[in-house]
Amino acid sequence: MTQLPTFTKKKLGLVIDLDTCVGCHACVISCKEWNTTSYGAPLSDVDAYGADPDGSFLNRVHTFEAKQEGCSAQTVHFPKSCLHCEDAPCVTVCPTGASYKREEDGIVLVNEDHCIGCGLCAWACPYGAREMDKVEGVMKKCTLCVDRIYNENIPEEDRVPSCVKTCPAGARHFGDFADPTSNVSILSAARGGMDLMPAIGTKPVNKYLPPRPKADITPELDVLGPLMAQDETAGGFIGWLDRTLERL
Amino acid sequence: MHPAPSVIIFTSLSGLGFGLIFWMGFGLPAVNGMIVVAVFATLGLGLATIGLLASTFHLGNPQRAWRAFSQWKTSWLSREGILAVLTLITFFIYACLWAFLDIRIAALGWLSSALAAGTIFTTSMIYAQMKTVPRWNVSSTLLLFLIYSAAGGALLAAQMQAAGALLAILAVVQVLAWKQGDYAFAKAGHTIETATGLSALGKVRLLEKPHSGTNYLMKEMIHIVGRKHSAKLRVISIALMAIIPATLILALDAGHIIAALAIVLHVAGLFAARWLFFAEAEHVVGLYYDQR
Repeated sequence: MTQLPTFTKKKLGLVIDLDTCVGCHACVISCKEWNTTSYGAPLSDVDAYGADPDGSFLNRVHTFEAKQEGCSAQTVHFPKSCLHCEDAPCVTVCPTGASYKREEDGIVLVNEDHCIGCGLCAWACPYGAREMDKVEGVMKKCTLCVDRIYNENIPEEDRVPSCVKTCPAGARHFGDFADPTSNVSILSAARGGMDLMPAIGTKPVNKYLPPRPKADITPELDVLGPLMAQDETAGGFIGWLDRTLERL
Repeated sequence: MHPAPSVIIFTSLSGLGFGLIFWMGFGLPAVNGMIVVAVFATLGLGLATIGLLASTFHLGNPQRAWRAFSQWKTSWLSREGILAVLTLITFFIYACLWAFLDIRIAALGWLSSALAAGTIFTTSMIYAQMKTVPRWNVSSTLLLFLIYSAAGGALLAAQMQAAGALLAILAVVQVLAWKQGDYAFAKAGHTIETATGLSALGKVRLLEKPHSGTNYLMKEMIHIVGRKHSAKLRVISIALMAIIPATLILALDAGHIIAALAIVLHVAGLFAARWLFFAEAEHVVGLYYDQR
């Protein structure tokens, strides 16, 4: 069913903290591992040890540099996976009904038995969240680890998406955005959680927390300046030498 | 966007086929006799069918293609599939009666024409709906596909006066569509800063790609090589597709040889134009890779 639900009881999603992410790619690897061994077809690799390796991933970490005129640059590690949009264009374009958004929790999934691998949903997604699997010919995407979060066979503390569980920096948070008192709602409200490319109108559920303002970023950073200034008023032998040489 | 040969062939040939079906629905060419009608009808049905079959070549699981008829409520691709099949069935019945029993049911013909036009419209909407590809997400995409089919169909239906006029209109619409497309990405306002939400931090650039190699997204959505010669290809495609054939058939007495030459040139130009339609289209996901 490619008609989007008008209302979902829960809005499960992630908060990704761009201030905290250290760009270690552990979430990428744990995602690949979990989703290769569980939901749907394995995430295949083609020519993995050859000259032109290629493979399906549901989560990727880009690294950007942001720089203001006259200021030093700062690095932002940027994990990117499905945002489980409320108005998901990938779902409505699907001709077979393989793509759907769940009414109970808002998770966007692909029924791989119905997917023909036409690739139109990947075209419709602005975020590059969907990748075609070369071996199976079906579309792969983040399932929000639907097979972990409700899984009663694993310890309760593990019932979160694999990327969240594995993040060593605590940069990823999982919860229900429909509940204003949930961890993710509070965090997002407190830190100004933002949507990516809001002009496209996808209404993403996942929110990104912008990096906190950094004290040493705002003024123009002159690396040698402070050292030079210190030398001018240096005391002791260096100071005497400096003053003596100055007089010559 | 990656210009997949199967999609270029599909959209070009099926557009021509449905264009011919559109004209035949109005009883044009006004021919009689089983063989002549059957030849034209087979050409229309054949082109449309080859195009539809070619479209299944890029599917990961073509054996499930029948499922694509199910989601007509939201999916333009599904609507296109349904309308295409309805057009082929309606036109097949209409053409058989016309060719073999010499009964041309006008109402059935009009229905075929309407369905053919509807199919072309749904094809154009598959591209025009994509907010992620600003060059396609403009009004001229709809007009362009309808005129490609009307002009190409007129040429195949030997409606030389109409074809000449429509090809001239096509040349104008194509140039306007290129112009509109050239500004579409900037007009949509998507930048690496809106994609990352980091505009408050200043100018953003990609410092490091998420992976050292390539991936599906980059192969499918980022196609820079194809645009290298786009200026030359635009001139070549519009000359072959519209200007030369229009000049030939309007200036010279349109015999069979001139008509055949005009068709061959038109189809060659059409393939080039369709190649550019994909190769020049920039997907917003390229912003995350600092490449468009």
